[in-house]
Amino acid sequence: MHKPVYVAGGGIISSIGNNITECIHALENSNSFIGEMQYLHSTHQKTLPVAEVKKTNAELAQIANLPCGTTRTALLSMIAAKEALLNSGVDNFNRLRTGFISANSVGGMDKTEDFFKTFSKDHQAGRLRDVVHHECGSATKIVADKLGIKHLVTTISTACSSSANAVFFGARLINNNILDIVIAGGTDSLTRFTLNGFNSLMILDNEPCKPFDENRKGLNLGEGAGYIVLLSEKAATTLNIQPVCTVSGYCNANDAYHQTASSSEGTGSYLSMKGALQKSGLRPSDISYINLHGTGTKNNDASEGAAVKQLFQPHYPRMSSTKSFTGHTLGASGAIEAVFSVLAVQHGFIYPNLRFTTQMKELPFAPETTFSRNQAVNHVLSNSFGFGGNCSSLIFSKL
Amino acid sequence: MEDVNIYIQAVAGISPQQTFDTTSFPDTVIQHTGNRLSCVEPEYDDLIDAKLIRRMSRIIKMGTAAAVKCLQRAAIEIPDGIIVGTAYGCLQDTEIFLQRMIDYNEELLTPTAFIQSTHNTVGAQIALLLQCHNYNNTFVHKGFSFESALLDAVMLLKEGEMKNVLVGATDEITNASHDILTRFGLYKNDIGSKDLYNSNSKGTIAGEGAFFFLLTNQPSERSLAKLGATEFFYQPENNETIEENIISFLAAQSLTINDIDIIITGRNGDKENDKIYNELEGSVFANKQIINYKHLCGEYPTASSFAFWMASVIIKDGSIPKALSSQDQLPSANVKTILVYNHYLMDHHSLFLVTAC
Repeated sequence: MHKPVYVAGGGIISSIGNNITECIHALENSNSFIGEMQYLHSTHQKTLPVAEVKKTNAELAQIANLPCGTTRTALLSMIAAKEALLNSGVDNFNRLRTGFISANSVGGMDKTEDFFKTFSKDHQAGRLRDVVHHECGSATKIVADKLGIKHLVTTISTACSSSANAVFFGARLINNNILDIVIAGGTDSLTRFTLNGFNSLMILDNEPCKPFDENRKGLNLGEGAGYIVLLSEKAATTLNIQPVCTVSGYCNANDAYHQTASSSEGTGSYLSMKGALQKSGLRPSDISYINLHGTGTKNNDASEGAAVKQLFQPHYPRMSSTKSFTGHTLGASGAIEAVFSVLAVQHGFIYPNLRFTTQMKELPFAPETTFSRNQAVNHVLSNSFGFGGNCSSLIFSKL
Repeated sequence: MEDVNIYIQAVAGISPQQTFDTTSFPDTVIQHTGNRLSCVEPEYDDLIDAKLIRRMSRIIKMGTAAAVKCLQRAAIEIPDGIIVGTAYGCLQDTEIFLQRMIDYNEELLTPTAFIQSTHNTVGAQIALLLQCHNYNNTFVHKGFSFESALLDAVMLLKEGEMKNVLVGATDEITNASHDILTRFGLYKNDIGSKDLYNSNSKGTIAGEGAFFFLLTNQPSERSLAKLGATEFFYQPENNETIEENIISFLAAQSLTINDIDIIITGRNGDKENDKIYNELEGSVFANKQIINYKHLCGEYPTASSFAFWMASVIIKDGSIPKALSSQDQLPSANVKTILVYNHYLMDHHSLFLVTAC
């Protein structure tokens, strides 16, 4: 097999906290902050609960040390990426081949949708500075430039599995001896575009979501960013860094069933989980905890549940959906949940699945409902399943 | 892992030239007027079920058709992986949904345009059509969108678990995107493709396209060419850095510039943009046979996929196509090694080495 890909640290910003410490605190105390829209302007302000990062763009810009008019997507990305670098202890990375692999689904849409209102009436109107960073790749470029990373920078966009694929790609770049250090993850900010898009699909809950509950009604959209710092063995030794865990398995599969719905058997989910296990050389019974994709929609949870049942029966690991805390952060979800998974291995955390009361009829297992620490968490499986049938699973393991 | 060869088993593409129905370079070149080159689109019904076509936006049709055609030529039903590069994604559906949000004040919206606006839609549609459950990824990084997809494909083939990967790139122009990019000052006002490189003025012409390639680590008689190597680099410090990168790129393949038969370069007619090509033609590329391509396909973030296609078909046929040779030059025969060098808007630079099998 190949040499291990080490994780040196992570960074995160979400509705439950502006950094790892705050997020852990919220997870431990079952504090989710899914509620009424405060920052985004929308017709649905009073009717659709969301999980926003509790900062204005001006406040984020100050923390990120980026210009005030910067797209919120890049601001969130910068803050989480900086924390990841800080926590990893990697400072002088330019001695080694370093890459920044980021992911997002909205790009600069937060600005574009405002621009479009004026532009659509008159193509010569609207401020160009509101649309200059529309592309997904722009948010990545802004942050990479600020961090001083040039060697290899790119952006992935595969809907809700985007940043899981970024972590996966980063790990493979190290395995293929192309890079020594990768800051991998993703970001997305809340926009009217995605809010209305999901609403038109009728998969939003008008109350805080209940993933994996028999009476679940849908998902809540969130926003945020998460990154982990991956190191090759050589980098860990050269920089004298003690890693916290490894990325031991990964897989990308496609459901190929429907553009937005998942197959009832969860084909894509099953294949990506199975593939990740195969890659890691682990058996299903080795998994200590599954961080479920668990959006809270009727379709995803049934489909993912069916796949978990098929793969793990009869010994089900502990599991939960942290989207019950952070909402569905779309392009950022894979990475935010990767950070949660890394912390779970590092500290023996098992996270609760909030607002769960009734087990799904067709499933012989239920998610965790309380937080615990210092558990024997040796291997964590993290799922991210997106539109377009894009399914990715990652496994993080104790050293 | 280092000894794995990457073969280009099939190619297919839709562009502002008649590239789709031929497996070689087209016999004639279409000279476009104006600064917006639109694709010559095929009859989609021949390739895709009419019921499906009706719901597809233009970029999805173009991407899907190119992918299906490529797989037909490769005689492969289901590839081991599907990877797409696109800088702008699905613009048409994005605009439709944005407009509807405004017109209906965010109420009673239908989801179709939203669903099809996500950047991974082309890759996902291809998987859905083929019922392909395998690896599927989409890169969206400006002038490196295609290069990143290519890197991922090459890595997959070198990792050894896959035998073939369908990799490609798509980008479209819409009225809105063209108007916006025009306002950014990207394009010339008054010139078409004919005198693009002699204009000595600011601006280029806009282009679009959809190209797919079936890459494999299995040698075969069907292969057009080999992908010898690929590299991309960002914001090189100066021209010397670019020259050094080119020389070391070739050296890593045990080659020098003398081993290269033709160089395909990404001149786009913009004075600033083309300075580096002028410089190189006086130094590293001196006395070499050089072909440009952006007068054929226009300038856009994934235009290098057109160049990669062009290199592949030229190697396959072994000589510079008649349609590309200048009047006073005989078509050069025995073309076995092609270097492609391109940059997108000064920051994103890439190199491809394409060789005979």
